[in-house]
Amino acid sequence: MCGIIGVMDRSRRTMDGSGIRQALSMMNERGSGEGAGYAAYGIYPDYRDCYALHVFFDNVRENKPLLDSTLAQWGTIEHDEAIPTYGRPNLRAVHTPWRYFFKPDPSLALAGSTTPEDDIVSALVMQVNAARRGALIFSSGKDLGVFKAGGWPEDVADFYRIEDYEGYIWLAHNRYPTNTPGWWGGAHPFNLLGWSVVHNGEITSYGTNRRYIESYGYTCTMYTDTEVVAYLVDLLVRRHGLDVDIAVRALAPPYWEEIDRMPDAEREWNGALRLAYAPAMMNGPFAIVAANRDMMVGFTDRGKLRPMVVGECGDRLYISSEEAAIRAMEPRVESIRMPAACEPVIGRVVA
Amino acid sequence: MIGSLPSRYRIGIDPVRCMECGRCIENCSYGVFSRDGDRIQVNSRNCTACHRCIACCPRDAISLEEHPCDYRSHPLWTREAREAIYNQARTGKIILAGMGNALDYPVIFDRLVLDACQVTNPSLDPLREPIELTTHLGKRPARLDLRRREGGDIELRTRLTPNLRIETPVMIGHMSYGAISLNAQVAMARAAKKTGTFMGTGEGGLHAALHPYQDRMIVQVASGRFGVNIDYLERGAAIEIKIGQGAKPGIGGHLPGEKVCADISRTRMIPEGSDAISPAPHHDIYSIEDLAQLVRGLKEATEWKKPVFVKIAAVHNVAAIAAGIARSPADAVVVDGFRGGTGAAPTVFRDHVGIPIEAAIASVDKKLRDQGIRNEISVIASGGIRGSADVAKAIALGADAVYIGTAALAAMGCRVCGNCYRGLCPWGIATQRPDLVARLDPDEGSEQVANLIRAWTLELAELLGAAGINSIESLRGNRDRLRGYMLDEGLMQVLDVKPVGA
Repeated sequence: MCGIIGVMDRSRRTMDGSGIRQALSMMNERGSGEGAGYAAYGIYPDYRDCYALHVFFDNVRENKPLLDSTLAQWGTIEHDEAIPTYGRPNLRAVHTPWRYFFKPDPSLALAGSTTPEDDIVSALVMQVNAARRGALIFSSGKDLGVFKAGGWPEDVADFYRIEDYEGYIWLAHNRYPTNTPGWWGGAHPFNLLGWSVVHNGEITSYGTNRRYIESYGYTCTMYTDTEVVAYLVDLLVRRHGLDVDIAVRALAPPYWEEIDRMPDAEREWNGALRLAYAPAMMNGPFAIVAANRDMMVGFTDRGKLRPMVVGECGDRLYISSEEAAIRAMEPRVESIRMPAACEPVIGRVVA
Repeated sequence: MIGSLPSRYRIGIDPVRCMECGRCIENCSYGVFSRDGDRIQVNSRNCTACHRCIACCPRDAISLEEHPCDYRSHPLWTREAREAIYNQARTGKIILAGMGNALDYPVIFDRLVLDACQVTNPSLDPLREPIELTTHLGKRPARLDLRRREGGDIELRTRLTPNLRIETPVMIGHMSYGAISLNAQVAMARAAKKTGTFMGTGEGGLHAALHPYQDRMIVQVASGRFGVNIDYLERGAAIEIKIGQGAKPGIGGHLPGEKVCADISRTRMIPEGSDAISPAPHHDIYSIEDLAQLVRGLKEATEWKKPVFVKIAAVHNVAAIAAGIARSPADAVVVDGFRGGTGAAPTVFRDHVGIPIEAAIASVDKKLRDQGIRNEISVIASGGIRGSADVAKAIALGADAVYIGTAALAAMGCRVCGNCYRGLCPWGIATQRPDLVARLDPDEGSEQVANLIRAWTLELAELLGAAGINSIESLRGNRDRLRGYMLDEGLMQVLDVKPVGA
């Protein structure tokens, strides 16, 4: 189960969150009221150059001073505040969402780092979340933010008043947890730096993926298989420099039988990709939509055991579990298609 | 005076069923049966429970049972403990044994259960959906340099070292010509070819009869360097340096001179009738740097075209050693657990030295991951793999593939009687006596071994499908697909598995 939807505007024209709220609610049969969330890109133009750290505090008074001092060691907090929330009768606020706009000091990164600021923020996220001191950083990219909680999509949207935000890419997720607990940290989207991920399905290779990603310094703390997807994308695309379509091919590769039939050059790199990234390969039923500031990408597992529908309308690209969700957001949708298994659907911002 | 020890087994012949055909006399190489006039006499004292007589009796007239022990029962001074003392008091010698560890240690594999899907993630049907068991063994780069050319084509700039490709993660381990017969080797080599897997030569060289299968053979370089020359190295698909063996960690090997017939002499490149002694250490390896040098030397000799494996016995610091091997140019580390078989080993080593393969693989996997190099080298598990469930569990604990030994011998008829070191194997496997060797038909034997590997491969595909996994790579190191049943907390930590129900 679970329902996902992603929308992007290729020319960076923004949309408020009311449309995606409505689209996600359309898929309430795919949820169980135990988690929903939204990711929006382009929402913090005033702090465009800062990392927007969204944090769940168990207790602001007790847990915040420690995080403040940790962040201060590694850079400057330009601004911080409680994320505005609005009480909902059906949503029990078990954490206090907070946001920091943070500038790391690149001189403090390890020598040889090619992305010093990203490396510092990524390490901070892992360190803070693994320490389990009542603070969980669940969103850490520039000019973007994740808003998630335990509850139905409408309640979560209204809790954060999603319609008040204007973004050019939106991801949303309606959760039906079957393997892991329903809690705020386990709700989607999952984010690390620029990449956010929503996922419908179960990753049966989680144990392999987790051990692989943890050997690169990532720490999985959110008890959920989807968390590794965000880290795998970060590893393959940011740290290993793979193009996003090649990274998708590493995560959901062709069968050896297909690789064996490819022309020489193609067979060579596809075989190498499977060998080098075998533990990153994801197994089990899944449909995934991931986004960063410049693109949105959707793909399914090799057997296409979870649905994925793609719609387009002008500059807008939609990827969802259900056609009805796309139509709820864009009744005039111009084309609807269902990509083949593993076929990546990539939309890039052109403006 | 110690006197004679009671016989271990008791053989019975049903006089009504027996037609005195004498097949039991012909088939028993241990001299249990003899003819006395028109009767068949039995000397149970010579019996090893090899079952050859039972298998060959056309009338099912022979029965075998363990002889009830007539010692005073005692929880500490068992029959085995006492008999070992009596034998050593008589001879003053090391006691030898064949096959694997015979003590009653709990089997960790049997306290691990595999997972299966229900409803929320669908199980897969291997009859209708692809389940990939293809496995590659060798060195891999941690990352790839892929560039996009003008026009969109992708160019691979990283040079990959050669890997071995197997169609099933089950390989046949190293058993040398000398320890086993040529017919047994030929049977298994043919089976390896039929099933798309590989087989080890052991340290006994590569007999000309195996040349047709050399592309499925992994040649071994042990401390004795028997049979090793450039022709031997070039014939193998891969090379394996044997540092240790699970059945006898820390000691070498010994093939008695009386077994070194003309054929073995030629194959091993040693004088006929001379003892073939593999010393405990390689005399040019006293550090990890020396080992790396040998790996490099073998690669250099074969123009870096062949993967080089290093086999070590599972011992307490196996993880650190494996990490050292991983940092050499070696392509795979083979870890042989303390249930690994052998042609001959001092019983005290076989039964008391080393650690189980399950714990060894888990700790090797963890150490390599902690160092961020797990994916750069392959790990092969061996030593007590009895069925496809053991294979699946070993892979979930972190192995890329497994070697089987005893299981392959059993597929050819071996009854695991544990007397391989005597060279009288009535099944024609662990013997060089021509009349006994002739009993094993290589064609039939190869079909049986191939059937076993095929059957396990089918079962593995089913197990993977049940777990909702369509590629063996996604089972490797996947502890989520395992749970510990009645395992203590400390061991579950070493294995990194949760208890059942969690």
